[in-house]
Amino acid sequence: MSLLVTCPNCGPREVSELRCAGESTSRPSAPPTERELNDYLYLRDNAWGFQREWWFCRVCEEWFLAERHTHTNEIARTWHPEPV
Amino acid sequence: MSRLAPHPGELIDRSHELEFLYGATRVTAFRGDTFGSALYASGRRVFSRSFKYHRPRGLLCCTGHCANCQMTVDGEPNVRVCVTPAREGAVVTGQNVVGSLDRDLLRVVDKLGGPFTPPGFYYKTFIRPRRLWPLYEKVLRRAAGLGKLDPDGARSARGDVEHEHADVVVVGAGEAGLEAAIAAASRSDRVVLVDEGPDVGGAFLADRTGHVRAAELRGQALAVGVRLLVPAVAIGIFEHGLVPVAHGDTLVKIRARKVVVAAGAMEQPLVFPGNDLVGVMLPEAARRLVNLWSVAPGGRAFVVTADDRGLAAAADLTAAGVEVAGVLDLREGQPASVQARGRRGRVESLAVDGRATACDLVVMSGSPQPDVKLLAQAGARVSYDRARGVFVPTELPPGVEAVGAASGDVGAPAVPPAVLGHGGERCFVCLCEDQTTKDLAYAIDEGFNSIELAKRYTTATMGPCQGRLCQLSSIRVHATTTGLDEAAIGTTTARPPHTPVTLGLLAGPPAEPVRRTALHHRHGELGATSMWAGPWKRPHSYGPDPAAEARHVRHAVGVIDVSTLGKLLVSGPEAGDFLDRVYPNRLSDLPVGRIRYGVLTGDAGRIMDDGVVARLDDETYYVTTTSTGADSVYQWFAWWNAVWRLDARFVQLTGAVSAVNVAGPRSRELMRRVSTDDFSNEGFPYLGARPVGVAGVPCLALRIGFVGELGYELHAASPLAEHVWDTLLAQGADLGVAPFGLEPQRILRLEKGHPIVGHDTDSESNLLEAAMPWLVNDDKEFAWVGKWATRQVAERGLRWLLVGFESPTGAMPVEGGQVVVDGRPSGRVTSVRHSAELGKVIGLAVVPHRLAVDGGRFAVQVNGRPVEMRVRLGPFLDPSGERVRA
Repeated sequence: MSLLVTCPNCGPREVSELRCAGESTSRPSAPPTERELNDYLYLRDNAWGFQREWWFCRVCEEWFLAERHTHTNEIARTWHPEPV
Repeated sequence: MSRLAPHPGELIDRSHELEFLYGATRVTAFRGDTFGSALYASGRRVFSRSFKYHRPRGLLCCTGHCANCQMTVDGEPNVRVCVTPAREGAVVTGQNVVGSLDRDLLRVVDKLGGPFTPPGFYYKTFIRPRRLWPLYEKVLRRAAGLGKLDPDGARSARGDVEHEHADVVVVGAGEAGLEAAIAAASRSDRVVLVDEGPDVGGAFLADRTGHVRAAELRGQALAVGVRLLVPAVAIGIFEHGLVPVAHGDTLVKIRARKVVVAAGAMEQPLVFPGNDLVGVMLPEAARRLVNLWSVAPGGRAFVVTADDRGLAAAADLTAAGVEVAGVLDLREGQPASVQARGRRGRVESLAVDGRATACDLVVMSGSPQPDVKLLAQAGARVSYDRARGVFVPTELPPGVEAVGAASGDVGAPAVPPAVLGHGGERCFVCLCEDQTTKDLAYAIDEGFNSIELAKRYTTATMGPCQGRLCQLSSIRVHATTTGLDEAAIGTTTARPPHTPVTLGLLAGPPAEPVRRTALHHRHGELGATSMWAGPWKRPHSYGPDPAAEARHVRHAVGVIDVSTLGKLLVSGPEAGDFLDRVYPNRLSDLPVGRIRYGVLTGDAGRIMDDGVVARLDDETYYVTTTSTGADSVYQWFAWWNAVWRLDARFVQLTGAVSAVNVAGPRSRELMRRVSTDDFSNEGFPYLGARPVGVAGVPCLALRIGFVGELGYELHAASPLAEHVWDTLLAQGADLGVAPFGLEPQRILRLEKGHPIVGHDTDSESNLLEAAMPWLVNDDKEFAWVGKWATRQVAERGLRWLLVGFESPTGAMPVEGGQVVVDGRPSGRVTSVRHSAELGKVIGLAVVPHRLAVDGGRFAVQVNGRPVEMRVRLGPFLDPSGERVRA
C-alpha cells in the first residue's frame, strides 16, 4: 500500500497519514435477528472493483468516505458525509 | 601499486593518497578509487569465492551489478567493492572462505562436487539418515553462502526517511536520462535525476573521452535546476508514482507525476566453458579499469563481442598499451565453439573453434539487455526481440516512460548462440548461484520445465545480481534445452527491490516515539523507576517497596500522576444523546456536577475501553479514557457521529490537560490546605465534579474512588500541573503525602476488585461475563452500540465470569496462568498480587460461570503443580465502599 488518498480537507496525503476503516456498512435500524446481526458485524462484500470505505485523516482528525478500486487502488472520489 | 600513465579523463586524483587494510595488508589508493580498483591496482585478482563451488572469482562488471566483488568492509558483509569508494583506514576482508580468497579449503567442493551437487542436492544426498539432517544442515549452511553478519556487532546505523515531491523522476543519468531531465526541467518541471553513479554520465563514464560530454550535460542539468541524487538507486516504482531511492543512509521517498526510466542496458556475459574464470570480464569492467582508474586489467587480451562494446574496449586497451591478441566479432560470423582454459581459476587461454590463444584477459559481450527490471516491476509488458536476442519493454504502465537503451534502443548486436561451447571447464549460466548449463538441463529433465519452476528449483537468477547478468542467458539456455521459443518462455516476475538495500534503510530511523507527561522529570527527581505503559513512560514505583507505597495510601495520603488518561470534551445540544448511544448506561440524565463510570463496547458487544463521564453543564461532558485509549476513543466517537451527524463536538484534551489523583484518608485534609473551595463530604460528595482552585490553579476536581479511598482527581492545564504537584507535596509533608507509582496502584485497585480494561478483559470480553451487568440500560429508546450483541449473550446464557479469588495456601500463580477444573483447562488468571494490607494473595480470574459463587474452587498451575484457589465475589477490601464515601 503506497497510495495517495485525497482528504477532502487536507488534499492528497500519504496513506500512512490516514487510517482505512474498511468497507462502509449500514447499521440495522430495527432490532436484528441473530443472522442479521452477524451479517452486519462480520460479513463484507469484499468487492473486486470500486467500494465505499471509511477513512480517517490523522491530520485534520475527520472521517470521510472514499470510493476506492480494490484492485488498482484508484480513488474515484472522497467526500464528507452529508448531514442527515 | 601499478598504474598506467595519467590521462585527462581519469577519475583518480594522484595527489591524494589514502590507505586501507585488506586483511593485514596495507593497500594504497588514490582519491577517486573504489576499494575494488585499488585492490586490482595492488595486484589482487581473486575478489570472492563462488556460492557453491568456492571457485575463485574476479572483477566481472565493475558496475556494482554482479556478486563477484562482494567483500566485507568494516564488518558490513556483501559490499560490492568495485563501486564503493575507498575510505581511509577501512578494513576489507574476503568472505565465504575457509582460509583465504587465494587458497580456500572449500575449493574441494569444485573438485569433487559436480555429480554430487546437482540442483536440490541437499534434499537428495543429505536427507538420509533423517536424524543427521540437523548436522548436515549446519555444515551446508556454513559452506554455502555469502558474507556473515556479526550477531554481537554493534547495531549498524539505521537510515533516515525523507519525503519529496517532484513532477518528474528520471532514473538513470546516462545521455538519454540527462537529456530527458534537462528537457523536463527546461519546461519548469521539478525534476529529480537518480543514478547509481559513481557520477552522472552513464556510458560516458567508462569512455576514454566521454567525461567531457558528461561534464557538459551535468552543467546543463544543474543550470536548469535538476536535482541530482548520485550515487543513489531507485529501488522500485510503486503505485501513484512512488519511487523510493536509497541515497546513502537516507531513503528518499519521491512522489512523482511521471517516472522516466533511462536505466540503460546491462552488458551480458556469453555462455561458454570457463566463462567464470578470473580474468574474464565484461567490456565496461575493462574500460572502467583503464579509463577511470588507470589500471591495466591484464597483459594480453582477447575480445569476443556481439556488438560495438567489445570493440570499444579493445580500442581502450590498445590505447592503454595492453596487447589485444585477437578480436572475435560475432556479427561477422559465429564460431562453433569458444572455450576458456585456466589454471588455479585464472584464465590462460581462449580457444575459438579449437585454436587457442594465450591471454590473461578475456573481454566478452553478448547482446546488451535493456535494463527493463524497473519497468517490468512497475507493470510494463516485456517481450522477446528475436532480431536482437534481448527482451524489450512493449506496453508501459500509465505515468511511466522509457528512454534510451532501457526502451530497447540497443543498436543491432549479433545474437550469439545461447551456449557457445561444451566440454572442459564448467559453463556457467548464473554466477551468483553457481548454476551451469548442465544444472539447468538437469532441472528441466526432472520436470521443472517452466522458467518460473526452473528458477525456484535451481535458484538461477535468484542471487545477488537479481538476474541482471543471468536472466537472459537462463531463458535462452532454457529455450535451447526445451526447444521452446524465448517469447513463449517469457521472463520471470520482476519484483522490488531493483537493487539490494539494507534492511536498516527500510526499517527507518531508530527512534521509538515515547510520550511523557508534563510531570515526567519530577518523577525522575523523586527517584521513580519508569516503565512502559503503551506509548507512555510512567513511574513503576518511587522506591524499592511498592507494597509499602500502597499501604501508605491506605493509611495516609498519596499522589499519582494520571495525566496519561485520555481526556475528551464532548459538547453540544445533543451531547447527552450521543453518549447515550455509545455507552450502555444512560448519561443524558446525569445531573450537572455528577460523575458516572462508563464502559465502551462495539456493536459486537466486546469491551473496548472504560473511564468516567462527568457532566460540566447542560451541554458539556468531560470524558476520560484508559491511557492507551485516548486516540481510539476519539476516533470511535468521531466515526459514530460521522454516521449519525448529531449536534455534538469532540475535543481531544489528553495532552493539554494533566491530572493528579490525590488518594487516602488524609486527602481531604490535604485539599483544604491547598484550596479555599469546599471539600466537605456534604459540599463535595462522592462522584461529584467541581471546578476548584488548587494553589491558585483552576482545576476540574473529580471525586472518584480510583483506588478505593477518599480521593480527588485534579485535572489542570498541563503547563500548570507541575505547580499543583509541587504544592501538594510541599503542603502535605507533615501529613505524610508521598507519590505512588503504577505498581502500588495495581495492588490498590486489585484490593478493590476493580478490573483493568485491556488487562483483565481482552478482545473477547463482554459486559455480562466481565461482571458489569449493572451498566446495561435496556430502556433507552435508541439501540446503544453493543446492545444487540449483549442481549445475545444474555439469551445464550453466561459461560464465563470474571471473579476475584484468594490463594488459601499463599502460592502465587502467574498472570495468564491456566485455570483447571476437573483436570481440564477452564479459564485463566488475569491479575494477581500479594496484598500487604490484607496479608494474602489475591487476584482476578475468568472462570466457568457455575464456579462464580463465593467459595467456588478451581486450581491453577503453580510451578507445575495444581494449587487450589477460592472464588471471592465482591471487593476484597471495604466491600460496602465506606472509605470512598468518607
